[in-house]
Amino acid sequence: MAHAIEVHGLVKSFGTTRALGGIDLNIRAGSVYGLLGPNGAGKTTTTRILATLLKPDAGSARVLGHDVVREARAVRQKVSLTGQYASVDEDLTGHENLVLVGRLLGLSWREARQRATDLLDAFGLSDAAGRQVQTWSGGMRRRVDIAASLVVIPELLFLDEPTTGLDPRSRNQVWELVRRIAAEGTTVLLTTQYLEEADRLAERLGVIDHGRVIAEGTSRELKASVGTSALHVRLADADERPRLQALMARVLGREPSTAADPAELTAGLDSPAQAAAILAAIAEAQLEIEHFTLGNPSLDEVFLALTGRPAEDAAAEAAR
Amino acid sequence: MSDDALPGDNRTHEVLAARRRPRPASALSSVVTLAWRALLKIKHVPFQLFDVTVTPIMFTLLFTYIFGGALAGTPAEYIQYLLPGILVQTIVFITVYTGVGLCTDIRKGLYDRFRSLPMWQPSPLFGALAGDVLRYSMAGALILVVGLILGFRPAGGALGLLMALGLVLVFAFALSWLWIIVGMLVRTPESVMTTSFVFLMPLTFASDIFVQLDTMPGWLQAVVGRNPVTWLSSASRALMHGQPAAGDVAWVLGASAVIVLVAAPVAMRLYHRER
Repeated sequence: MAHAIEVHGLVKSFGTTRALGGIDLNIRAGSVYGLLGPNGAGKTTTTRILATLLKPDAGSARVLGHDVVREARAVRQKVSLTGQYASVDEDLTGHENLVLVGRLLGLSWREARQRATDLLDAFGLSDAAGRQVQTWSGGMRRRVDIAASLVVIPELLFLDEPTTGLDPRSRNQVWELVRRIAAEGTTVLLTTQYLEEADRLAERLGVIDHGRVIAEGTSRELKASVGTSALHVRLADADERPRLQALMARVLGREPSTAADPAELTAGLDSPAQAAAILAAIAEAQLEIEHFTLGNPSLDEVFLALTGRPAEDAAAEAAR
Repeated sequence: MSDDALPGDNRTHEVLAARRRPRPASALSSVVTLAWRALLKIKHVPFQLFDVTVTPIMFTLLFTYIFGGALAGTPAEYIQYLLPGILVQTIVFITVYTGVGLCTDIRKGLYDRFRSLPMWQPSPLFGALAGDVLRYSMAGALILVVGLILGFRPAGGALGLLMALGLVLVFAFALSWLWIIVGMLVRTPESVMTTSFVFLMPLTFASDIFVQLDTMPGWLQAVVGRNPVTWLSSASRALMHGQPAAGDVAWVLGASAVIVLVAAPVAMRLYHRER
């Protein structure tokens, strides 16, 4: 089968709020696919429809060859969902939680207990296995939540914002787990707000905004549209911005994007050398700059480049 | 922290490569598993059980020793009247935890996991109910033991006690369906609690749990006499003391059937609704 997920014109509204305005997606089997977007863009709604928890208003979605509405049970047999919040019973121990899921998936008591022990061991949670999950750290809860999705290895794993709210160390551990899961052949659909996360884990990315996929491609292709790195320049005097804008456009051969700050400009660069050229031109033009930063393009830059507005604005609009 | 590190690649490889999909669990097996989960919760959070039995025990002590003499001549005589009603009150109040537990599960995202599993979809509801009936039995047994210690002497013997407890469980099972509905409609477990107490307070106090029906004014008798909790406590009292109870038992069974027939379909509809 070429595609694990085929989605055409998916529409979903909640009351008067339109969460999805026609999503199209094709996700190859055996890959990690990243769905990137700000809060409220429609990532979770898409995931929940694909995991059979919501029914679409229009459009079609096939998961592993099965229609998510008409063949929901067949889909559920092949996929696992790890939602945005750790969906384990905090009153129970880690081991009991995994036994519970194993039993509900049809393992015998003996098999379920064995599998729970093996998974906790493989996820580095053996020492805490007999303690109630409510005493665990956030990173450990996330891991047992992912483990619960792997009691029976699914053909497709949905991970909805798996590292949101985690400290850097726990985040790295989750990333490592996702890599190992994918290496064993499970297709992973990952949603995230972080470009870095999508960049590190996913072979292909879809950028989602206002319930639509606005860009699609490999991480390299997406970054090419914003440049490999970004230069932010803040002027001492906001009135000088048009001059700086003209100057940057001349050096780069394309317009820089304006930030919310009236004294600031951001430009995607094709190479770090361009930063030196721009700074030299600024010195020559005797523009007074307050500070400048050079960094990798963030989701914000991708968003600026694709939509002309920052991701925070998109999140704020979605929240309204 | 030693329990917080990820082991080497080779250890995860074997676990993640295991690619065997078992046949999905049967409806019965998933309900049993989820009832097991409810039992584990009692084991890990026994407070939930004591929480709801401490108040009734306080009531029993207060009413028996402070009002008992005035209400029935002597405290020893009054507890014969009061205890069956206290059992009813206790278990009727615990039924709220069915709704509280459900609301908590939904809010925590646990229901998303359950609903994405290839099992009989209503299993979590029936599993929770089965676990709750066990919880009611434990609370009931606790109250009876306290009663026996305080001098409760049921003439109906063990059989009478069991029949009374069984009848209370039937009614509690029916009532639980109402709290399942509340649990799915309100946002927080705390509001399940407050919403249901608004119904339960008048339902249990405007009954013959504490005083006999014929001591109340006529208009109140008309109300209290039609309260299902009155039927239940009268029936339990009669069963425990080995007196004829067929009429009240029939009313209780009828009321339970009506509640289930009305509430269960609504609850199932709400359960399958998207959220």
